[in-house]
Amino acid sequence: MSLDLNRKKVTKNAYRITKRRNYTALRVRVPGGHLNAAQLSIIAGLAETFGDGTLHVTARQGFEIPNIPFERMSEVNAALKPLLAELQLRHGVQIDNIDAGYPGAGMRNISACVGNRICPFANADTTALAQRLEGMLYPNDLHVKIAVTGCPNDCVKVHLQDFGIVAICEPEYHYDDCIGCEACVKACERKVTGALTMQNGKVYRDERRCIGCGECVLSCPTAAWTRRPGRLYRVLIMGRTGKRNPRLAMPFLDRVSEDVVCQLIKNTLPYAERHRLKCIPKEHIGYIVDRTGLDVFKEEALTGIEFNPGARIAKTIQWPGYNTLNDANFKLISK
Amino acid sequence: MNKSFKLSSEQFKTVFAGLSEHYCIVGPKRFAGLGRFSDTDLIRYAPLTSIDELELAEKSCFSPKDLVFPPDETLFYFNGQQFSEAALPDNLEIIVLLRPCDINGIDRLDRMFMKNADVIDPYYQRRRSRLHFFMIECRESFENCFCVSMNANRSDNYAAALRFGKDGVEAEVASDKFLETFAVNGSVFEFKPEFVSENQIKVELPKVETMPPEIFTDKLWEEYDSRCISCGRCNTSCVTCSCFTTRDLFYGDSRTCGERRRVWDGCHLDGFCDMAGGHTFRKNKGERMRFKTFHKIYDYRKRFGVDMCVGCGRCDDVCPEYISFSNCINKLSARLKEGAE
Ligand code: SF4
Ligand code: SF4
Ligand code: SF4
Ligand code: SF4
Ligand code: SF4
Repeated sequence: MSLDLNRKKVTKNAYRITKRRNYTALRVRVPGGHLNAAQLSIIAGLAETFGDGTLHVTARQGFEIPNIPFERMSEVNAALKPLLAELQLRHGVQIDNIDAGYPGAGMRNISACVGNRICPFANADTTALAQRLEGMLYPNDLHVKIAVTGCPNDCVKVHLQDFGIVAICEPEYHYDDCIGCEACVKACERKVTGALTMQNGKVYRDERRCIGCGECVLSCPTAAWTRRPGRLYRVLIMGRTGKRNPRLAMPFLDRVSEDVVCQLIKNTLPYAERHRLKCIPKEHIGYIVDRTGLDVFKEEALTGIEFNPGARIAKTIQWPGYNTLNDANFKLISK
Repeated sequence: MNKSFKLSSEQFKTVFAGLSEHYCIVGPKRFAGLGRFSDTDLIRYAPLTSIDELELAEKSCFSPKDLVFPPDETLFYFNGQQFSEAALPDNLEIIVLLRPCDINGIDRLDRMFMKNADVIDPYYQRRRSRLHFFMIECRESFENCFCVSMNANRSDNYAAALRFGKDGVEAEVASDKFLETFAVNGSVFEFKPEFVSENQIKVELPKVETMPPEIFTDKLWEEYDSRCISCGRCNTSCVTCSCFTTRDLFYGDSRTCGERRRVWDGCHLDGFCDMAGGHTFRKNKGERMRFKTFHKIYDYRKRFGVDMCVGCGRCDDVCPEYISFSNCINKLSARLKEGAE
């Protein structure tokens, strides 16, 4: 019998149309990019039972299981149940019918660097924040990309996201414990921004230069630098790859609390829904902001947010990027 | 009069509260979230406001030596005409809760600062004379401890020895100064502290009267040239490292008014061996490791009759490059044996 599919429904169920007629690929979400070996075995089992035994690890830290016959979708959905329970329900995602597979294809998987579960540089548990956001935001039909990175090294490349969340710290100096060894000054000078200087055997921090990476804390042999308790983040916005105008995300909020980060992104969903072009299926959030302007975005996305003391906001943003149509810059070098 | 007691947790709290009125009570304390890595804790010696703050489950990262030898201490002020010695901020006596290794560690500092030739360091002495040791009984070693090999697992140098149990404290009070408060609040009980008798880590100390000169240039030290990053953590966490530098600082743009401080220094840190004119020696990290090793387990013994190192293992706990001092001692002993064969 010929296949008669409701393509939109299927896509929303996280099965994509592939090059090969009658075969689909399932996108598996792994919020925060961390999962346990048993969950990985389930994913492997899906590929073996329903697909061709191969898996693609996606750039956003999910999996794509190719070559699944469309006819087997309901069997796959049944087999997905334990995965949905562990990787979605557990983080607070609401799913009405757990037997029916993924309730949405958007937004994209929220990725994270390994964070402080593993990395000594990390200022936070990035996976935990990604999972919290997953619980708050998924499912929705908007085109929004989010990633969380544990320090300004940005291993997960939040500079290419719509919301790039960077965990930072506020270093606190304990004057009496400092022995003037200069390790922190050298570390900041060589690896970061040179925010520290020695004066009279003690260290002075230029707050305007400090990006809160935590290198000084790591390098001090007497714990004269410690992280101020309470997590802080920098939020970069509206970076993107894509066919039209790739560009880097730029700092929007700085030294804000986790609650502020979450509220900001939550507020963005109704903003995007209100302003998106209805003539295309999923307008990318960055282009919506381009159209409304930053001020409208600010006004709507910041509604009702209670900022923590010390929070800062960018006055204006100019995104570095380029238009892909700049043919004038090219000349032929070989015929 | 009987000198050992049993106290319920409540009774011990009363003792603690009573003592707090006259003494500053210091012990290892956990500072949540202040560890080197985010979401880790820092354990260091600090004043305790309640006995519940005493950290017993984990070894402290830093030693109690700050109490007698602070990281940065002003010795005197000068103004071009006169100088005046810096007074201590208060003259509170201090009760410090610490383990036998650290009591022995402070003994090693005593020898360095007060029994070294005929010189007594007054800045050390004035802090030292305020201390009363309340020994925390230590029957099980932590990771990296090798106090038994260093003969520093036992001590009888305490005003009181305490065993912290689930439902209270058993105490032996050696100093009459503290007898009454324990006697009034607790009940008479037979208690003598026990000591760790074996560590997982054992070191074999070199059995030589005099180090053969060849060992100074032995290839044994070479691996540390590239392994050690001279971060100095082994020195700052060590209870017996007692090296300092002096630093004069001038106020504002004055050329005459200021103060002299003494600040911790350490043989692994860059600059430790810098001399006037810019010359420096022990440039290689391996030479620094050799210097430390000899000081800890050889030179000091020649001078004072005991080893400097007390085997607390903190240097191994904190080294970011996984350099193990206990392994180094064993490597040295093995090398000396090979040489002898
Ligand atoms: S971004 Fe920072 S915290 Fe995350 S993996 Fe890289 S270095 Fe570690
Ligand atoms: S947090 Fe980073 S940028 Fe700020 S002072 Fe420390 S090393 Fe420098
Ligand atoms: S690393 Fe620590 S001790 Fe050294 S200069 Fe910096 S704050 Fe002071
Ligand atoms: S802690 Fe380790 S790396 Fe740092 S100075 Fe000591 S031996 Fe070298
Ligand atoms: S050298 Fe290491 S083991 Fe010995 S006293 Fe110092 S820190 Fe403790």
